[in-house]
Amino acid sequence: MSDFLREFLLVLLFGLLAFGVVGLFIGIASILRPDRPTTGKVENYESGVDPVGTGWSQSQIRYYIFALLFVMFDVEAVFIFPWATRLEAYGWFGLVEMTIFIFILALGLAYAWRKGVLRWV
Amino acid sequence: MLSLTTSTVAAEFAYWQTSGFKLLMAFVAVLIPAGTTVYLYLFKMVSFMQSRLGPMEAGPYGSLQLLAELGKNAQKEDIVPARADVLVFKLAPYVVLLSTFLLVLVVPWGPDAVFADFDTGIFFALAVSSVSVIGILMAGWASASKYSLLGGLRAAGQLIAYELPLVLAVVGVVIQAGTLNMQGIVAAQIEGEIFGWGAIGNPFILTQIVGFLIFMVAVQAELTQVPFDMPIAESELVSGYMTEYSGFRFLMFFIGEFATANIFAFLAAVLFLGGWGVPPFVADALFADGNYSQWMNVIGPLVMATKMLALTFIIYWVRFTYPRFREDQLQTFAWKYLIPISLVNIAVTGFLKVVL
Repeated sequence: MSDFLREFLLVLLFGLLAFGVVGLFIGIASILRPDRPTTGKVENYESGVDPVGTGWSQSQIRYYIFALLFVMFDVEAVFIFPWATRLEAYGWFGLVEMTIFIFILALGLAYAWRKGVLRWV
Repeated sequence: MLSLTTSTVAAEFAYWQTSGFKLLMAFVAVLIPAGTTVYLYLFKMVSFMQSRLGPMEAGPYGSLQLLAELGKNAQKEDIVPARADVLVFKLAPYVVLLSTFLLVLVVPWGPDAVFADFDTGIFFALAVSSVSVIGILMAGWASASKYSLLGGLRAAGQLIAYELPLVLAVVGVVIQAGTLNMQGIVAAQIEGEIFGWGAIGNPFILTQIVGFLIFMVAVQAELTQVPFDMPIAESELVSGYMTEYSGFRFLMFFIGEFATANIFAFLAAVLFLGGWGVPPFVADALFADGNYSQWMNVIGPLVMATKMLALTFIIYWVRFTYPRFREDQLQTFAWKYLIPISLVNIAVTGFLKVVL
């Protein structure tokens, strides 16, 4: 296996470590803790009164437009990072190029702002 | 001139040996700073700010309070709501801690003292920091409770809004350093000069003060710390997405939150305060014999811990000082102020980089 892949193998190992740590803690606790579920205890908490309907009640997801804007700017960031590392080599050409790119995206944000979708209602 | 090249390690170790040691150290690097800041700031500093003593019974000055809390939580019954989606409910704390442990992977502690020296280190860190959103949404949805669902949805809305200023604030640093590699960013700050004067290097907090402020505000929001704690607002949502969790599962969210706070402080120290480096005039005086990089492997983690404690102090200071933002104010602040300011910051940094 190449050194490059070996280094990225650590991502997997650290992920397993995280699962191992949580599993270990909860495992230790499972030896110590009592386990007597009663009907009252496993009821959902709703400030002391009996829960109304199911837990997954209809609720308004307000940030549909925000999610779209987020994707737009996140993709922008993917383009900006490689540019940022090479800016010295690109010089003025790179700077003007990226300024136009950011300007167009900022225009999108300004349009959304003007349309009033950035208001959390 | 100090040499920052990687020194040769005398003994050769097998892959499983170094990896095993790294895993052990990762365990230490996540849990020890978390315990330290929770005791020092969350238990003691806030108490002194509020004219009370805080924990005093367990150990001298309550210093063993954390162990007492651990014991208390270990004895609590693990309640899973009858209506909950059990598998997702139980998996959520794992996903939250997964994000924390992957974040610590790229933090450099010294010239050789690194877990993994990725070429795209900071990019990796920004990517895995958003894994915790999935864990929080899982917790909020699977609990089948109205408070949890509202808290989880609020958390998702807040985290995606503040992810952007966080990412864009880092771009300024990347432009100045010219690399995404964490060691490269540290080296750029140690070897940097302020108009030809290199006694303190060039910590990017001086040139990227706007980026630093945006980064710290975004970190505060990413951690759902007060004043950005709408997702767990205890006076209206009980405890948000953590409402139905008890005992050690709840503690896992708690550890995840505070360990991540430290690791973000470590990242901010690397990006803006020069990471494990000490000012070159100090290093020149102390390590004239040329053993600089060997010494820094030992001193580096302590330097990092010092900078981390200074930055987490700010996080907790703000946490215990300001009242909570309203949900619409919180979104407005991110979209109408922080994102435009960080875009301007990128443009100005790029312009100055090309001109100077």
